[in-house]
Amino acid sequence: MARKTPAVPSASLADIAFMLLIFFLVTTTMDVDSGLERRLPPMPPDNQEDDKTPPIKERNVFVVLVNSKDQLLVENEFLSIGQLREKAKEFMANPNDDPSLPEKTIKEVPYFGPVGITKGVISLQNHVGTSYGTYIAVQNELVGAINDLRNELAEQKFGKAFDKLDKDKQEAIKEIYPSRISEAEPKRVGGK
Amino acid sequence: MSKFRKKGSKEVPEVSTSSLPDIVFMLLFFFMVSTTMREVTLKVKITLPEATELSKMEKKSLVSFIYVGPPHRQFQKVFGTEPRIQLNDQFANVSDIIDFIVAERESRDEAEVPSMVTSLKVDEYTKMGIVQDIKQELRKASALHINYSSRKRAKLN
Repeated sequence: MARKTPAVPSASLADIAFMLLIFFLVTTTMDVDSGLERRLPPMPPDNQEDDKTPPIKERNVFVVLVNSKDQLLVENEFLSIGQLREKAKEFMANPNDDPSLPEKTIKEVPYFGPVGITKGVISLQNHVGTSYGTYIAVQNELVGAINDLRNELAEQKFGKAFDKLDKDKQEAIKEIYPSRISEAEPKRVGGK
Repeated sequence: MSKFRKKGSKEVPEVSTSSLPDIVFMLLFFFMVSTTMREVTLKVKITLPEATELSKMEKKSLVSFIYVGPPHRQFQKVFGTEPRIQLNDQFANVSDIIDFIVAERESRDEAEVPSMVTSLKVDEYTKMGIVQDIKQELRKASALHINYSSRKRAKLN
């Protein structure tokens, strides 16, 4: 009296598989998070009392101040965010060895030979009341300035964008245009 | 010779509708998935700032998120309207960040810890004071690799 069990229809198996495939395809690629990547400086050791680092010369520092009303003071000049990039590029590149712009040290770099590498440091200081949007816009311009310089050099030397170069070529360019953005503690003075 | 010519109306075969449910299912799946599956429910309102020099975060499993923004309306009675920090599923204080980072580290493989990234998802209109405090805490926890989450903006000029 054993009744035969009816065969499970397997026609829809392919559909199920497809659905799973699509499911995983979609879940792994959707919603790519992107953002400005930065590295924070490590905490200074507690016993650091006497500061042995030599003071940085005025001409080597590019001071960007942002106040609580989101206004910019760049090297003692009022600037808008749109003008910041050009100014930062000029500072980091210093093509004509202007004495008011940062010094350079000659260093041997692979692929390039001896190159003058800027000693410039970008110093960013914001007020506690600065809005985050402005802060990101300023950071973006500063990072963009360095990226622009790197890209221009890559185009000029290798005829390719910086992202498309080999690792060691990228390293060489990074050495010529280092990303040196330092952030000071925000000022808590001056009201809200 | 009209052996092959059939007389009468030649009907157009009906479109098979048997695969319609599958198609619908697929669409359903697509929309279910693409409407951002979040692991945490956001309790703060965040409008990300715009930027151009973005880099994508590569390993999503190694990213820990810190959300900052004004609380949603239903939490405003308790938590006010000032921007607050959200870690995982709850509101937190600045002092909780170190514990959060330590917990995040412990949940990952030891070899992967150095490449961990902390992503800050902060509302555009937040004041920098709170962000600065978070950064100080991250420095103390030596979670130095951070990412300011932002949206893509079309390049100026």
